[in-house]
Amino acid sequence: MSDIRRKGLTMTQKILASHAGLDSVEVGQLIMSRLDMVLGNDITTPVAVKEFRKIGIDNVFDKNKIAIVPDHFTPNKDIKSAEQVKYIREFAKEKGIVNFFEVGQMGVEHALLPEKGLVVPGDVIIGADSHTCTYGALGAFSTGVGSTDMAAGMATGEAWFKVPEAIQFELKGKPGKWVSGKDIILHIIGMIGVDGALYKSMEFVGDGLSSLSMDDRFSMANMAVEAGAKNGIFAVDDKTIAYVKEHSNRPYKVFAADEDAVYSEKYTIELSDIKPTVAFPPLPDQARTIDKVGDVKIDQVVIGSCTNGRIEDMRIAAAVLKGHKVHPDVRCIIIPATQKIWKQSMEEGLFNIFVDAGAAVSTPTCGPCLGGHMGILAKGERAVATTNRNFIGRMGHPESEVYLASPAIAAASAVAGRIASPDEL
Amino acid sequence: MKIQGKVIKYGNNVDTDVIIPARYLNTADPAELASHCMEDLDKTFVERVEKGDIMVAGSNFGCGSSREHAPIAIKASGISCVIAETFARIFYRNSINIGLAIIESPEAAADISEGDMLEIDFDSGLIHNQTKKVFYKGAPFPEFMQKIIAADGLIGYIKQK
Ligand code: SF4
Repeated sequence: MSDIRRKGLTMTQKILASHAGLDSVEVGQLIMSRLDMVLGNDITTPVAVKEFRKIGIDNVFDKNKIAIVPDHFTPNKDIKSAEQVKYIREFAKEKGIVNFFEVGQMGVEHALLPEKGLVVPGDVIIGADSHTCTYGALGAFSTGVGSTDMAAGMATGEAWFKVPEAIQFELKGKPGKWVSGKDIILHIIGMIGVDGALYKSMEFVGDGLSSLSMDDRFSMANMAVEAGAKNGIFAVDDKTIAYVKEHSNRPYKVFAADEDAVYSEKYTIELSDIKPTVAFPPLPDQARTIDKVGDVKIDQVVIGSCTNGRIEDMRIAAAVLKGHKVHPDVRCIIIPATQKIWKQSMEEGLFNIFVDAGAAVSTPTCGPCLGGHMGILAKGERAVATTNRNFIGRMGHPESEVYLASPAIAAASAVAGRIASPDEL
Repeated sequence: MKIQGKVIKYGNNVDTDVIIPARYLNTADPAELASHCMEDLDKTFVERVEKGDIMVAGSNFGCGSSREHAPIAIKASGISCVIAETFARIFYRNSINIGLAIIESPEAAADISEGDMLEIDFDSGLIHNQTKKVFYKGAPFPEFMQKIIAADGLIGYIKQK
Protein backbone atom coordinates (compact mmCIF):
# COMPACT_ATOMS: atom_id res chain seq x y z
CA MET A 1 0.00 0.00 0.00
CA SER A 2 1.23 3.44 -0.87
CA ASP A 3 1.69 5.68 2.10
CA ILE A 4 0.71 8.79 0.17
CA ARG A 5 -3.03 8.67 0.41
CA ARG A 6 -4.79 10.07 -2.61
CA LYS A 7 -6.92 13.07 -1.68
CA GLY A 8 -10.65 12.79 -2.11
CA LEU A 9 -11.86 14.26 -5.40
CA THR A 10 -15.10 15.89 -6.47
CA MET A 11 -17.05 14.60 -9.49
CA THR A 12 -15.62 17.30 -11.72
CA GLN A 13 -12.06 16.72 -10.54
CA LYS A 14 -12.39 12.98 -11.26
CA ILE A 15 -13.72 13.51 -14.77
CA LEU A 16 -10.98 16.03 -15.54
CA ALA A 17 -8.27 13.74 -14.16
CA SER A 18 -9.51 10.85 -16.31
CA HIS A 19 -9.47 13.01 -19.44
CA ALA A 20 -6.00 14.36 -18.71
CA GLY A 21 -4.64 10.84 -18.20
CA LEU A 22 -3.86 11.52 -14.55
CA ASP A 23 -4.58 9.54 -11.38
CA SER A 24 -5.34 12.63 -9.43
CA VAL A 25 -5.47 16.40 -9.75
CA GLU A 26 -5.13 19.35 -7.40
CA VAL A 27 -7.25 22.48 -7.20
CA GLY A 28 -5.67 25.17 -9.39
CA GLN A 29 -3.60 22.71 -11.44
CA LEU A 30 -3.48 23.49 -15.17
CA ILE A 31 -4.26 20.42 -17.25
CA MET A 32 -4.71 19.49 -20.90
CA SER A 33 -7.91 17.52 -21.27
CA ARG A 34 -9.13 15.29 -24.07
CA LEU A 35 -12.51 16.42 -25.44
CA ASP A 36 -15.54 14.28 -26.25
CA MET A 37 -17.45 17.07 -27.98
CA VAL A 38 -16.74 20.58 -29.26
CA LEU A 39 -19.77 22.80 -29.83
CA GLY A 40 -20.43 26.12 -31.50
CA ASN A 41 -23.36 28.24 -32.69
CA ASP A 42 -23.99 30.75 -35.45
CA ILE A 43 -22.50 33.65 -33.47
CA THR A 44 -19.36 32.01 -32.12
CA THR A 45 -18.49 29.54 -34.90
CA PRO A 46 -17.71 32.13 -37.62
CA VAL A 47 -14.97 33.57 -35.37
CA ALA A 48 -13.77 30.03 -34.57
CA VAL A 49 -13.58 29.08 -38.25
CA LYS A 50 -11.49 32.19 -38.98
CA GLU A 51 -9.11 31.21 -36.18
CA PHE A 52 -9.09 27.54 -37.28
CA ARG A 53 -8.00 28.59 -40.78
CA LYS A 54 -5.04 30.49 -39.29
CA ILE A 55 -3.66 27.28 -37.79
CA GLY A 56 -3.10 25.99 -41.30
CA ILE A 57 -4.21 22.37 -40.93
CA ASP A 58 -6.64 20.60 -43.27
CA ASN A 59 -8.74 18.43 -41.04
CA VAL A 60 -10.65 18.68 -37.81
CA PHE A 61 -9.59 16.25 -35.06
CA ASP A 62 -12.76 14.15 -35.35
CA LYS A 63 -15.73 14.73 -37.66
CA ASN A 64 -18.10 13.05 -35.22
CA LYS A 65 -17.06 15.04 -32.18
CA ILE A 66 -17.93 18.52 -33.37
CA ALA A 67 -21.45 19.94 -33.23
CA ILE A 68 -22.42 23.15 -34.98
CA VAL A 69 -25.88 24.49 -34.27
CA PRO A 70 -27.05 27.71 -35.93
CA ASP A 71 -29.77 28.71 -33.44
CA HIS A 72 -29.32 32.32 -32.33
CA PHE A 73 -30.29 34.34 -35.41
CA THR A 74 -31.97 31.47 -37.28
CA PRO A 75 -34.05 31.13 -39.37
CA ASN A 76 -31.75 33.91 -40.53
CA LYS A 77 -33.04 37.28 -39.43
CA ASP A 78 -31.09 39.43 -41.88
CA ILE A 79 -28.50 39.33 -44.64
CA LYS A 80 -25.51 39.52 -42.31
CA SER A 81 -26.68 36.54 -40.24
CA ALA A 82 -27.42 34.60 -43.40
CA GLU A 83 -23.84 35.27 -44.58
CA GLN A 84 -22.47 34.08 -41.23
CA VAL A 85 -24.43 30.83 -41.35
CA LYS A 86 -23.46 30.30 -44.98
CA TYR A 87 -19.82 30.65 -43.98
CA ILE A 88 -20.05 27.98 -41.27
CA ARG A 89 -22.30 25.70 -43.35
CA GLU A 90 -19.61 25.65 -46.04
CA PHE A 91 -16.96 24.92 -43.43
CA ALA A 92 -19.03 22.04 -42.03
CA LYS A 93 -19.45 20.57 -45.52
CA GLU A 94 -15.80 21.00 -46.42
CA LYS A 95 -14.63 19.26 -43.23
CA GLY A 96 -17.33 16.59 -43.30
CA ILE A 97 -18.69 17.60 -39.89
CA VAL A 98 -21.46 15.15 -39.10
CA ASN A 99 -23.39 17.12 -36.49
CA PHE A 100 -24.33 20.27 -38.34
CA PHE A 101 -27.98 21.01 -37.65
CA GLU A 102 -29.81 22.97 -40.30
CA VAL A 103 -33.16 24.74 -39.88
CA GLY A 104 -35.71 21.95 -39.96
CA GLN A 105 -33.56 19.68 -37.79
CA MET A 106 -32.14 22.19 -35.41
CA GLY A 107 -33.08 23.26 -31.97
CA VAL A 108 -31.61 25.48 -29.30
CA GLU A 109 -28.19 23.86 -28.91
CA HIS A 110 -28.35 22.91 -25.23
CA ALA A 111 -31.73 21.26 -25.60
CA LEU A 112 -30.63 19.59 -28.84
CA LEU A 113 -27.35 17.91 -27.90
CA PRO A 114 -28.68 15.73 -25.05
CA GLU A 115 -31.78 14.89 -27.09
CA LYS A 116 -29.58 13.74 -30.01
CA GLY A 117 -27.56 11.55 -27.64
CA LEU A 118 -24.38 13.54 -28.23
CA VAL A 119 -23.66 13.87 -24.50
CA VAL A 120 -23.31 11.05 -21.97
CA PRO A 121 -22.19 10.84 -18.33
CA GLY A 122 -18.44 11.20 -17.82
CA ASP A 123 -17.84 13.25 -20.99
CA VAL A 124 -15.72 16.39 -21.18
CA ILE A 125 -17.36 18.94 -23.45
CA ILE A 126 -16.53 22.50 -24.40
CA GLY A 127 -18.91 24.79 -26.21
CA ALA A 128 -18.44 28.29 -27.52
CA ASP A 129 -21.57 29.27 -25.65
CA SER A 130 -21.75 30.05 -21.96
CA HIS A 131 -24.71 27.75 -21.28
CA THR A 132 -22.76 24.67 -22.34
CA CYS A 133 -22.80 23.94 -18.60
CA THR A 134 -26.31 22.50 -19.18
CA TYR A 135 -24.98 18.97 -19.80
CA GLY A 136 -23.83 18.72 -16.21
CA ALA A 137 -27.38 17.47 -15.65
CA LEU A 138 -26.17 14.21 -17.22
CA GLY A 139 -23.11 13.88 -15.00
CA ALA A 140 -20.73 15.22 -17.66
CA PHE A 141 -18.16 18.01 -17.28
CA SER A 142 -19.22 20.66 -19.74
CA THR A 143 -18.30 24.30 -19.80
CA GLY A 144 -18.55 27.42 -21.91
CA VAL A 145 -15.48 28.77 -23.68
CA GLY A 146 -14.81 31.29 -26.42
CA SER A 147 -14.35 30.96 -30.16
CA THR A 148 -10.58 30.62 -30.06
CA ASP A 149 -10.92 27.70 -27.65
CA MET A 150 -13.44 26.17 -30.03
CA ALA A 151 -10.98 26.56 -32.93
CA ALA A 152 -8.18 24.97 -30.92
CA GLY A 153 -10.56 22.20 -29.77
CA MET A 154 -11.63 21.44 -33.35
CA ALA A 155 -7.97 21.25 -34.38
CA THR A 156 -6.47 19.28 -31.50
CA GLY A 157 -9.33 17.62 -29.61
CA GLU A 158 -7.95 19.16 -26.43
CA ALA A 159 -8.50 22.13 -24.15
CA TRP A 160 -6.67 23.61 -21.17
CA PHE A 161 -8.42 23.88 -17.84
CA LYS A 162 -7.59 25.04 -14.37
CA VAL A 163 -8.92 22.37 -11.98
CA PRO A 164 -11.76 24.02 -10.02
CA GLU A 165 -12.84 23.72 -6.42
CA ALA A 166 -16.46 22.84 -5.85
CA ILE A 167 -19.45 23.93 -3.81
CA GLN A 168 -21.74 21.09 -2.80
CA PHE A 169 -25.50 21.56 -2.76
CA GLU A 170 -27.30 18.77 -0.98
CA LEU A 171 -30.94 18.76 -2.02
CA LYS A 172 -33.46 17.27 0.40
CA GLY A 173 -37.15 16.51 0.29
CA LYS A 174 -39.68 17.29 -2.40
CA PRO A 175 -40.61 20.59 -4.04
CA GLY A 176 -44.17 21.87 -3.59
CA LYS A 177 -46.79 22.77 -6.16
CA TRP A 178 -45.66 25.04 -9.03
CA VAL A 179 -42.03 24.75 -7.91
CA SER A 180 -39.67 23.53 -10.63
CA GLY A 181 -35.94 23.25 -11.20
CA LYS A 182 -36.02 26.87 -12.37
CA ASP A 183 -37.30 28.10 -9.01
CA ILE A 184 -34.66 26.06 -7.18
CA ILE A 185 -31.79 27.47 -9.22
CA LEU A 186 -33.12 31.06 -9.01
CA HIS A 187 -33.36 30.57 -5.24
CA ILE A 188 -29.76 29.30 -5.12
CA ILE A 189 -28.38 32.13 -7.30
CA GLY A 190 -30.31 34.62 -5.15
CA MET A 191 -28.63 33.08 -2.12
CA ILE A 192 -25.00 32.97 -3.35
CA GLY A 193 -25.02 35.84 -5.90
CA VAL A 194 -23.98 36.17 -9.53
CA ASP A 195 -20.34 35.58 -8.63
CA GLY A 196 -21.03 33.23 -5.73
CA ALA A 197 -19.50 30.27 -7.53
CA LEU A 198 -16.88 32.13 -9.60
CA TYR A 199 -14.30 29.70 -11.10
CA LYS A 200 -15.89 26.82 -9.12
CA SER A 201 -18.10 23.89 -9.89
CA MET A 202 -21.53 23.47 -8.37
CA GLU A 203 -22.23 19.85 -7.45
CA PHE A 204 -25.81 18.78 -6.83
CA VAL A 205 -26.38 15.67 -4.74
CA GLY A 206 -28.84 14.27 -2.23
CA ASP A 207 -32.10 12.36 -1.96
CA GLY A 208 -33.99 15.40 -3.26
CA LEU A 209 -32.64 14.62 -6.74
CA SER A 210 -35.10 11.75 -7.06
CA SER A 211 -38.01 14.20 -7.20
CA LEU A 212 -36.38 16.25 -9.97
CA SER A 213 -36.99 15.27 -13.58
CA MET A 214 -34.22 15.44 -16.16
CA ASP A 215 -35.84 18.59 -17.54
CA ASP A 216 -35.66 20.17 -14.06
CA ARG A 217 -31.99 19.23 -13.84
CA PHE A 218 -31.18 20.60 -17.31
CA SER A 219 -32.69 23.95 -16.39
CA MET A 220 -30.71 24.05 -13.13
CA ALA A 221 -27.35 23.05 -14.63
CA ASN A 222 -28.05 25.55 -17.42
CA MET A 223 -27.97 28.46 -14.98
CA ALA A 224 -24.81 27.46 -13.08
CA VAL A 225 -22.96 30.05 -15.18
CA GLU A 226 -25.31 32.73 -13.82
CA ALA A 227 -23.64 32.17 -10.44
CA GLY A 228 -20.26 32.52 -12.17
CA ALA A 229 -19.59 28.76 -12.00
CA LYS A 230 -17.29 26.90 -14.37
CA ASN A 231 -19.80 24.06 -14.45
CA GLY A 232 -22.79 22.60 -12.67
CA ILE A 233 -22.95 18.86 -12.27
CA PHE A 234 -25.51 16.38 -10.95
CA ALA A 235 -24.87 13.01 -9.35
CA VAL A 236 -25.93 10.27 -11.78
CA ASP A 237 -28.98 8.20 -10.77
CA ASP A 238 -31.54 5.86 -12.38
CA LYS A 239 -33.28 8.74 -14.12
CA THR A 240 -30.02 9.86 -15.73
CA ILE A 241 -29.26 6.35 -16.94
CA ALA A 242 -32.79 5.88 -18.29
CA TYR A 243 -32.50 9.18 -20.19
CA VAL A 244 -29.11 8.30 -21.64
CA LYS A 245 -30.20 4.82 -22.74
CA GLU A 246 -33.25 6.27 -24.44
CA HIS A 247 -31.25 8.88 -26.34
CA SER A 248 -27.77 7.52 -26.98
CA ASN A 249 -25.85 4.42 -28.02
CA ARG A 250 -22.56 5.78 -26.81
CA PRO A 251 -20.79 4.10 -23.89
CA TYR A 252 -20.85 6.19 -20.74
CA LYS A 253 -18.95 6.30 -17.47
CA VAL A 254 -20.40 7.23 -14.11
CA PHE A 255 -18.15 9.25 -11.80
CA ALA A 256 -19.18 9.84 -8.20
CA ALA A 257 -17.44 12.21 -5.82
CA ASP A 258 -15.21 10.58 -3.21
CA GLU A 259 -16.68 10.47 0.25
CA ASP A 260 -13.78 12.52 1.53
CA ALA A 261 -13.89 15.00 -1.35
CA VAL A 262 -13.02 18.52 -0.28
CA TYR A 263 -15.56 21.31 -0.91
CA SER A 264 -15.04 25.03 -0.46
CA GLU A 265 -18.60 25.33 0.85
CA LYS A 266 -21.55 23.03 1.52
CA TYR A 267 -25.20 23.98 1.49
CA THR A 268 -28.26 21.95 2.37
CA ILE A 269 -31.37 22.96 0.45
CA GLU A 270 -34.76 21.83 1.74
CA LEU A 271 -36.81 21.66 -1.45
CA SER A 272 -40.16 21.89 0.34
CA ASP A 273 -39.15 25.36 1.64
CA ILE A 274 -38.69 26.80 -1.84
CA LYS A 275 -41.44 29.01 -3.26
CA PRO A 276 -41.90 30.00 -6.89
CA THR A 277 -39.16 32.55 -7.48
CA VAL A 278 -38.71 35.45 -9.90
CA ALA A 279 -35.41 37.21 -10.70
CA PHE A 280 -35.88 40.97 -11.10
CA PRO A 281 -33.76 42.96 -13.56
CA PRO A 282 -30.92 43.51 -14.16
CA LEU A 283 -29.24 40.43 -12.63
CA PRO A 284 -30.26 36.80 -12.11
CA ASP A 285 -29.49 37.05 -8.39
CA GLN A 286 -32.22 39.65 -7.74
CA ALA A 287 -34.53 36.83 -6.62
CA ARG A 288 -37.89 37.41 -4.95
CA THR A 289 -40.46 34.81 -4.02
CA ILE A 290 -43.79 35.15 -5.80
CA ASP A 291 -45.56 36.46 -2.68
CA LYS A 292 -43.08 39.37 -2.60
CA VAL A 293 -43.14 40.55 -6.23
CA GLY A 294 -45.80 43.24 -5.83
CA ASP A 295 -47.74 44.61 -8.78
CA VAL A 296 -45.53 44.39 -11.87
CA LYS A 297 -47.45 45.01 -15.09
CA ILE A 298 -46.00 43.32 -18.17
CA ASP A 299 -46.10 43.66 -21.96
CA GLN A 300 -44.66 40.34 -23.11
CA VAL A 301 -44.14 36.75 -22.03
CA VAL A 302 -41.58 34.42 -23.60
CA ILE A 303 -41.72 30.71 -22.83
CA GLY A 304 -38.80 28.84 -24.37
CA SER A 305 -34.96 28.84 -24.53
CA CYS A 306 -32.27 26.40 -23.47
CA THR A 307 -33.41 26.88 -19.87
CA ASN A 308 -37.12 26.14 -20.20
CA GLY A 309 -38.16 25.18 -23.73
CA ARG A 310 -38.43 21.43 -23.10
CA ILE A 311 -41.51 19.23 -23.27
CA GLU A 312 -42.33 19.46 -19.56
CA ASP A 313 -42.14 23.24 -19.80
CA MET A 314 -44.60 23.16 -22.70
CA ARG A 315 -46.92 20.88 -20.71
CA ILE A 316 -46.85 23.13 -17.64
CA ALA A 317 -47.50 26.23 -19.76
CA ALA A 318 -50.46 24.45 -21.39
CA ALA A 319 -51.85 23.29 -18.04
CA VAL A 320 -51.84 26.88 -16.80
CA LEU A 321 -53.14 28.49 -20.02
CA LYS A 322 -55.90 25.95 -20.63
CA GLY A 323 -59.30 27.62 -20.60
CA HIS A 324 -57.79 31.11 -20.16
CA LYS A 325 -57.02 33.98 -22.49
CA VAL A 326 -53.76 35.88 -22.71
CA HIS A 327 -54.33 39.38 -21.26
CA PRO A 328 -55.16 41.91 -24.00
CA ASP A 329 -52.10 44.03 -23.11
CA VAL A 330 -49.68 41.10 -23.37
CA ARG A 331 -47.97 39.34 -26.27
CA CYS A 332 -47.27 35.72 -25.34
CA ILE A 333 -44.63 33.93 -27.44
CA ILE A 334 -44.01 30.22 -26.99
CA ILE A 335 -40.93 28.59 -28.51
CA PRO A 336 -40.45 24.82 -28.20
CA ALA A 337 -36.68 24.37 -28.06
CA THR A 338 -36.25 21.62 -30.68
CA GLN A 339 -38.09 20.11 -33.64
CA LYS A 340 -38.76 16.99 -31.59
CA ILE A 341 -40.28 18.97 -28.72
CA TRP A 342 -42.27 21.00 -31.26
CA LYS A 343 -43.73 17.85 -32.81
CA GLN A 344 -44.46 16.26 -29.46
CA SER A 345 -46.23 19.44 -28.30
CA MET A 346 -48.29 19.42 -31.47
CA GLU A 347 -49.20 15.75 -31.10
CA GLU A 348 -50.19 16.21 -27.48
CA GLY A 349 -52.56 18.98 -28.50
CA LEU A 350 -50.66 21.67 -26.60
CA PHE A 351 -50.65 24.01 -29.60
CA ASN A 352 -54.47 24.07 -29.63
CA ILE A 353 -54.39 25.27 -26.05
CA PHE A 354 -51.71 27.89 -26.79
CA VAL A 355 -53.41 29.25 -29.88
CA ASP A 356 -56.89 29.22 -28.30
CA ALA A 357 -55.45 31.23 -25.42
CA GLY A 358 -54.10 33.79 -27.89
CA ALA A 359 -50.40 32.89 -27.74
CA ALA A 360 -48.05 32.75 -30.74
CA VAL A 361 -46.05 29.55 -31.32
CA SER A 362 -42.65 29.82 -33.02
CA THR A 363 -40.26 27.45 -34.74
CA PRO A 364 -37.23 26.59 -32.53
CA THR A 365 -34.81 29.52 -32.14
CA CYS A 366 -32.97 31.48 -29.45
CA GLY A 367 -34.67 34.53 -30.94
CA PRO A 368 -35.84 36.90 -28.22
CA CYS A 369 -33.75 35.33 -25.43
CA LEU A 370 -30.71 37.38 -26.46
CA GLY A 371 -32.63 40.21 -28.06
CA GLY A 372 -31.94 38.79 -31.50
CA HIS A 373 -35.35 38.70 -33.19
CA MET A 374 -38.84 37.18 -32.81
CA GLY A 375 -40.01 39.43 -29.99
CA ILE A 376 -37.76 42.40 -29.19
CA LEU A 377 -38.82 44.83 -26.45
CA ALA A 378 -39.37 48.56 -26.97
CA LYS A 379 -38.22 51.27 -24.56
CA GLY A 380 -39.90 50.92 -21.18
CA GLU A 381 -41.48 47.51 -21.91
CA ARG A 382 -41.37 44.61 -19.47
CA ALA A 383 -41.23 40.89 -20.16
CA VAL A 384 -41.51 37.78 -18.05
CA ALA A 385 -39.28 35.16 -19.66
CA THR A 386 -38.37 31.58 -18.86
CA THR A 387 -34.86 32.35 -20.13
CA ASN A 388 -31.72 32.73 -18.02
CA ARG A 389 -30.50 36.33 -18.30
CA ASN A 390 -32.13 39.63 -17.43
CA PHE A 391 -29.17 41.94 -18.06
CA ILE A 392 -29.65 45.51 -19.27
CA GLY A 393 -30.86 45.44 -22.87
CA ARG A 394 -30.83 41.64 -23.02
CA MET A 395 -34.16 41.41 -24.84
CA GLY A 396 -34.16 44.71 -26.67
CA HIS A 397 -34.05 48.38 -25.71
CA PRO A 398 -31.60 49.20 -22.89
CA GLU A 399 -34.54 50.64 -20.93
CA SER A 400 -36.68 47.51 -21.27
CA GLU A 401 -36.82 44.95 -18.47
CA VAL A 402 -36.72 41.16 -18.22
CA TYR A 403 -38.04 39.17 -15.24
CA LEU A 404 -36.89 35.54 -15.10
CA ALA A 405 -39.35 32.88 -13.98
CA SER A 406 -40.58 29.32 -14.45
CA PRO A 407 -43.03 28.36 -17.23
CA ALA A 408 -45.85 28.17 -14.64
CA ILE A 409 -45.30 31.74 -13.46
CA ALA A 410 -44.71 32.99 -17.01
CA ALA A 411 -47.95 31.45 -18.30
CA ALA A 412 -49.96 32.74 -15.34
CA SER A 413 -48.45 36.21 -15.83
CA ALA A 414 -49.47 36.16 -19.49
CA VAL A 415 -53.09 35.72 -18.39
CA ALA A 416 -53.00 38.16 -15.47
CA GLY A 417 -51.12 40.91 -17.33
CA ARG A 418 -48.79 41.24 -14.34
CA ILE A 419 -46.39 38.87 -12.61
CA ALA A 420 -48.66 36.26 -11.02
CA SER A 421 -48.89 32.71 -9.74
CA PRO A 422 -51.21 30.12 -11.34
CA ASP A 423 -53.06 30.01 -8.00
CA GLU A 424 -54.27 33.56 -8.63
CA LEU A 425 -56.07 32.71 -11.89
CA MET B 1 6.97 45.52 -21.05
CA LYS B 2 5.43 48.69 -19.65
CA ILE B 3 2.32 50.53 -20.73
CA GLN B 4 0.90 53.84 -19.70
CA GLY B 5 -2.66 55.12 -19.95
CA LYS B 6 -5.57 57.01 -18.51
CA VAL B 7 -8.34 55.22 -16.62
CA ILE B 8 -11.95 54.71 -17.66
CA LYS B 9 -13.77 53.20 -14.70
CA TYR B 10 -16.90 51.03 -14.30
CA GLY B 11 -18.60 49.13 -11.46
CA ASN B 12 -19.35 45.49 -10.62
CA ASN B 13 -20.83 42.78 -12.86
CA VAL B 14 -20.21 44.49 -16.21
CA ASP B 15 -21.66 41.80 -18.50
CA THR B 16 -20.80 40.95 -22.08
CA ASP B 17 -24.29 42.04 -23.20
CA VAL B 18 -23.42 45.64 -22.31
CA ILE B 19 -19.82 45.34 -23.55
CA ILE B 20 -21.22 44.41 -26.96
CA PRO B 21 -25.00 43.98 -27.31
CA ALA B 22 -26.23 40.90 -29.19
CA ARG B 23 -27.88 43.03 -31.85
CA TYR B 24 -24.41 43.74 -33.26
CA LEU B 25 -23.24 40.13 -33.28
CA ASN B 26 -24.14 39.54 -36.89
CA THR B 27 -20.60 40.65 -37.64
CA ALA B 28 -17.19 39.63 -36.36
CA ASP B 29 -15.35 42.68 -37.69
CA PRO B 30 -13.28 44.15 -34.80
CA ALA B 31 -13.60 47.79 -35.93
CA GLU B 32 -17.38 47.52 -36.30
CA LEU B 33 -17.70 45.81 -32.92
CA ALA B 34 -15.53 48.50 -31.33
CA SER B 35 -17.84 51.21 -32.66
CA HIS B 36 -20.62 49.84 -30.36
CA CYS B 37 -18.44 48.91 -27.38
CA MET B 38 -20.06 49.63 -23.96
CA GLU B 39 -22.95 51.38 -25.73
CA ASP B 40 -25.79 50.20 -23.45
CA LEU B 41 -23.89 51.10 -20.27
CA ASP B 42 -22.02 54.22 -21.36
CA LYS B 43 -22.84 55.94 -24.63
CA THR B 44 -19.85 58.29 -24.24
CA PHE B 45 -17.24 55.51 -24.14
CA VAL B 46 -16.72 55.24 -27.88
CA GLU B 47 -16.23 59.00 -28.23
CA ARG B 48 -13.88 59.49 -25.31
CA VAL B 49 -11.72 56.34 -25.40
CA GLU B 50 -8.18 56.99 -26.59
CA LYS B 51 -5.61 54.49 -27.73
CA GLY B 52 -3.76 53.10 -24.72
CA ASP B 53 -6.50 53.86 -22.14
CA ILE B 54 -6.91 51.40 -19.31
CA MET B 55 -10.31 50.06 -18.23
CA VAL B 56 -10.77 49.48 -14.50
CA ALA B 57 -13.80 47.73 -13.00
CA GLY B 58 -15.13 45.91 -9.95
CA SER B 59 -15.99 42.25 -9.45
CA ASN B 60 -17.11 39.64 -12.02
CA PHE B 61 -16.10 41.71 -15.07
CA GLY B 62 -17.26 40.15 -18.34
CA CYS B 63 -19.95 37.88 -16.88
CA GLY B 64 -22.62 36.42 -19.12
CA SER B 65 -22.37 35.27 -22.69
CA SER B 66 -19.22 33.55 -23.98
CA ARG B 67 -18.98 35.94 -26.92
CA GLU B 68 -15.32 36.52 -27.76
CA HIS B 69 -16.64 39.61 -29.51
CA ALA B 70 -16.53 41.28 -26.06
CA PRO B 71 -12.75 41.24 -25.47
CA ILE B 72 -12.26 41.78 -29.23
CA ALA B 73 -14.42 44.94 -29.09
CA ILE B 74 -12.54 46.24 -26.03
CA LYS B 75 -9.16 45.55 -27.62
CA ALA B 76 -10.16 47.11 -30.95
CA SER B 77 -11.48 50.21 -29.18
CA GLY B 78 -7.91 50.97 -28.14
CA ILE B 79 -7.97 49.80 -24.52
CA SER B 80 -4.52 48.47 -23.65
CA CYS B 81 -5.40 46.58 -20.45
CA VAL B 82 -8.36 45.78 -18.20
CA ILE B 83 -7.88 45.75 -14.43
CA ALA B 84 -10.69 44.29 -12.30
CA GLU B 85 -11.32 42.99 -8.82
CA THR B 86 -12.29 39.65 -10.41
CA PHE B 87 -13.11 38.48 -13.94
CA ALA B 88 -15.83 36.07 -15.06
CA ARG B 89 -14.03 32.93 -16.13
CA ILE B 90 -14.96 32.74 -19.82
CA PHE B 91 -13.99 36.38 -20.31
CA TYR B 92 -10.68 35.69 -18.55
CA ARG B 93 -9.99 32.73 -20.87
CA ASN B 94 -11.01 34.59 -23.98
CA SER B 95 -8.80 37.56 -23.16
CA ILE B 96 -5.75 35.34 -22.78
CA ASN B 97 -6.65 33.44 -25.94
CA ILE B 98 -6.93 36.61 -28.05
CA GLY B 99 -4.11 38.52 -26.35
CA LEU B 100 -5.98 41.25 -24.46
CA ALA B 101 -3.99 42.10 -21.33
CA ILE B 102 -5.99 41.71 -18.12
CA ILE B 103 -4.96 41.98 -14.49
CA GLU B 104 -6.81 40.89 -11.38
CA SER B 105 -6.14 43.22 -8.46
CA PRO B 106 -8.85 43.91 -5.84
CA GLU B 107 -6.62 46.53 -4.26
CA ALA B 108 -6.11 48.47 -7.51
CA ALA B 109 -9.75 48.12 -8.55
CA ALA B 110 -10.92 49.63 -5.27
CA ASP B 111 -8.49 52.55 -5.15
CA ILE B 112 -8.17 53.76 -8.74
CA SER B 113 -10.46 56.60 -9.88
CA GLU B 114 -11.74 57.65 -13.27
CA GLY B 115 -9.12 59.72 -15.09
CA ASP B 116 -6.10 58.51 -13.04
CA MET B 117 -2.88 57.97 -15.01
CA LEU B 118 -1.41 54.48 -14.59
CA GLU B 119 1.79 52.77 -15.56
CA ILE B 120 1.71 48.98 -15.63
CA ASP B 121 4.76 46.73 -15.67
CA PHE B 122 3.61 43.37 -17.06
CA ASP B 123 6.81 41.59 -16.09
CA SER B 124 6.51 42.37 -12.39
CA GLY B 125 2.71 42.76 -12.27
CA LEU B 126 3.19 46.14 -10.60
CA ILE B 127 0.65 48.90 -11.21
CA HIS B 128 1.80 52.46 -10.59
CA ASN B 129 -0.92 55.06 -10.04
CA GLN B 130 0.92 58.21 -11.10
CA THR B 131 -1.97 60.48 -10.16
CA LYS B 132 -2.37 59.16 -6.62
CA LYS B 133 1.33 58.26 -6.30
CA VAL B 134 0.74 54.70 -5.06
CA PHE B 135 1.67 51.20 -6.23
CA TYR B 136 -0.57 48.12 -6.34
CA LYS B 137 0.34 44.48 -6.88
CA GLY B 138 -1.45 42.58 -9.65
CA ALA B 139 -1.66 38.78 -9.84
CA PRO B 140 0.99 37.48 -12.27
CA PHE B 141 -0.02 34.91 -14.90
CA PRO B 142 1.01 31.27 -14.43
CA GLU B 143 3.84 30.19 -16.73
CA PHE B 144 1.56 28.22 -19.08
CA MET B 145 -0.62 31.28 -19.70
CA GLN B 146 2.44 33.48 -20.17
CA LYS B 147 3.49 31.13 -22.97
CA ILE B 148 0.10 31.52 -24.64
CA ILE B 149 0.29 35.31 -24.35
CA ALA B 150 3.90 35.32 -25.61
CA ALA B 151 2.77 33.33 -28.66
CA ASP B 152 0.20 36.08 -29.33
CA GLY B 153 -2.71 33.92 -28.22
CA LEU B 154 -3.78 30.29 -28.27
CA ILE B 155 -3.69 29.88 -32.05
CA GLY B 156 -0.08 31.04 -32.20
CA TYR B 157 0.72 28.66 -29.34
CA ILE B 158 -0.78 25.68 -31.18
CA LYS B 159 1.04 26.62 -34.38
CA GLN B 160 4.32 26.57 -32.46
CA LYS B 161 3.59 23.03 -31.28
S1 SF4 C 1 -31.68 30.19 -25.66
FE1 SF4 C 1 -30.72 32.07 -24.93
S2 SF4 C 1 -29.28 31.45 -23.37
FE2 SF4 C 1 -29.85 29.62 -24.52
S3 SF4 C 1 -28.28 29.39 -26.09
FE3 SF4 C 1 -29.93 30.59 -26.97
S4 SF4 C 1 -29.40 32.73 -26.60
FE4 SF4 C 1 -28.13 31.48 -25.27
